[in-house]
Amino acid sequence: MLEVSGLTVDYITRAGRVRAVDDVSFAVQRGEFTGIVGESGCGKSTLLFAVAQLLSPPAAITAGEVTFRGQNLVTMGTRQLNAIRWQNLSVVMQSAMNALNPVMSVGAQFADALRAHGMSSRKAIASRSAEVLGLVGIDAVHLRSYPHQLSGGMRQRAMIAMALLFTPDLIIMDEPTSALDVVAQRSLMTQIKELQREFGFAVIFVTHDMSLVSHYSDRLLVMYAGQVAEAGPTRRIFDSPLHPYSRGLLDAFPGIRGEKVPLSGIPGAPPDLSIIPNGCRFAPRCPAKMAECETTPPVLVDRDGSQVRCLLYTPVVAQETASEQKEAAQ
Amino acid sequence: MTDLLRAENLTRHFKIGGSLDRGTLHAVDDVSFGVGEREIVALAGESGSGKSTVARLLARVYPPTAGTVTYFGDSAEGKPLPEYKSRRDALRYSSQVPMVFQDPFSSLNPVFRVSHGVLRALKLHRPELSAAERQAEAARVFDVVGLGAGMLDRYPHELSGGQRQRVGFAQALATRPRLILADEPVSMLDTSIRIGLLNLMAKLRDEEGVSILYITHDIASARYVADRLIVMYAGQIAEAGPIEDVLAAPRHPYTQLLLSAVPDPKAPPPSLEAMAAASGERGEPPKVIDPKPGCRFRPRCPVAVDACATVTPRLLPLGAGEVACHVAQTGAKVQAFS
Repeated sequence: MLEVSGLTVDYITRAGRVRAVDDVSFAVQRGEFTGIVGESGCGKSTLLFAVAQLLSPPAAITAGEVTFRGQNLVTMGTRQLNAIRWQNLSVVMQSAMNALNPVMSVGAQFADALRAHGMSSRKAIASRSAEVLGLVGIDAVHLRSYPHQLSGGMRQRAMIAMALLFTPDLIIMDEPTSALDVVAQRSLMTQIKELQREFGFAVIFVTHDMSLVSHYSDRLLVMYAGQVAEAGPTRRIFDSPLHPYSRGLLDAFPGIRGEKVPLSGIPGAPPDLSIIPNGCRFAPRCPAKMAECETTPPVLVDRDGSQVRCLLYTPVVAQETASEQKEAAQ
Repeated sequence: MTDLLRAENLTRHFKIGGSLDRGTLHAVDDVSFGVGEREIVALAGESGSGKSTVARLLARVYPPTAGTVTYFGDSAEGKPLPEYKSRRDALRYSSQVPMVFQDPFSSLNPVFRVSHGVLRALKLHRPELSAAERQAEAARVFDVVGLGAGMLDRYPHELSGGQRQRVGFAQALATRPRLILADEPVSMLDTSIRIGLLNLMAKLRDEEGVSILYITHDIASARYVADRLIVMYAGQIAEAGPIEDVLAAPRHPYTQLLLSAVPDPKAPPPSLEAMAAASGERGEPPKVIDPKPGCRFRPRCPVAVDACATVTPRLLPLGAGEVACHVAQTGAKVQAFS
């Protein structure tokens, strides 16, 4: 239903171009839950803005296509995009306090979106607004509430309700739970999943918290320094991560159950995207680094139904050395 | 373990609202706990539970409405905070009990080199040092926090988030602290960086002998570094005790809810039905404005009894820890959430 191919986003500044998203491709099927994870500055939010055509200068899409229901969004004009937004594709932003208008009641903001897409009857607007608010477990009296009168969790749920106004095919979510505590977080995630099952929309869920999506997403895209490091079924990545970065991320979580083990995290910090290393972008932090990693940028290769960008899995390296290195990494 | 600092019935209220809807927000109500020598105590709770207010009370950002904080770092018999009145005394306390803030991006002045904060703290709190000694001490603390003396001349924008937070710890360390108040020191950092900071906190305890009050909403990271856990809910302590004991057998229904909600990526995913059943509870922590007596968790609690509606449960010793729950205190086994 959504196909992103070769998407590249540059921030064009006087000092030069900074490539925030570099040749990213992925597809989302109808009703699928896709998680995009990565650290701050890895380009995950830029990618999501690019998919939704919400980038503003100095960021610009310099290559690639975003095909949504057979149409390329990148070349589409504002008017055509407006027709699709809310109706077929909606976006839930990270901070609901900033995404909702503080001087309009929640109901007025719902009505705005509904009217823009041709619903004019006051009665129909009121009943649809109450209906979607009910879906996320908020009482309809809150249509008259202003954002500041709602708690953080309710605001975030109101945003999701707004995204559901037209029952779109795709909802893009940018860290919607980051401001919530674990209890509210779990309840919101479960609710999204239940609504998804009921209405069959697809979700792209961007987060820095890998453990959050472990139980909810079908497919996972691990991003590092603007590129896809690993992509594949969520369970497979959690059970047997291929890329040393994915493995490092998973090992960086202390557990609340089981034995307490000393962890080391991943040393160093993600690269500055304006000074990209020659070879593999993860090489300076990688525990399984080889000599070639300094010079040869790895390409994304298919492996058992997943994709991974690492020289350990590239055919150039003799298969034996690859498996030896893999063992060393483990 | 001897206490380094002890809070007794600590309470802080804030007046809120205008002339029509005046109220009193009970941010912290009747909270008592101690922090021992060479101990990391995790103070956990969701946003609004009062955990940051506790830290600010200990840092003397504002005075408590009621209750006392006694500091034992100066004298064996202890000295209550209001007695640190003169400038010299106040400085001595704040140098021994410094704070590390949550946001490493706004807590460093962008126009000064990162050594600035450390050197200033040294000048203020350790005036006996010469300029050269200050420089040497700054290099030493930068070394301890894993930055290396080469970083001293950098500007904050040249450092990553994790490095900036290490600067925060270096500043705290420069004044020879006994207890560091760390308010969510890792929550703004990326997962891959967090562990490094947590390891640093453990190192400060083990090698420098510093105690840390680690304020967090992340139970897993608390378990990783802390010796004891205090769980706060709506301005009060729900449960406290040695962290492994609390996590292995939580006795307060809220602690059970909190632990059940922590995602465990290593476990196989439960079915959607199971998840829905587990999170069927969609209540929210109350805003504690002019509260009536009674347990504050009662509206969300599946095991509440009549007494919970009228009598505020007190934090009483139970087993190795302390619990504020009427049901648990009768000796019954509480199984509210799993």
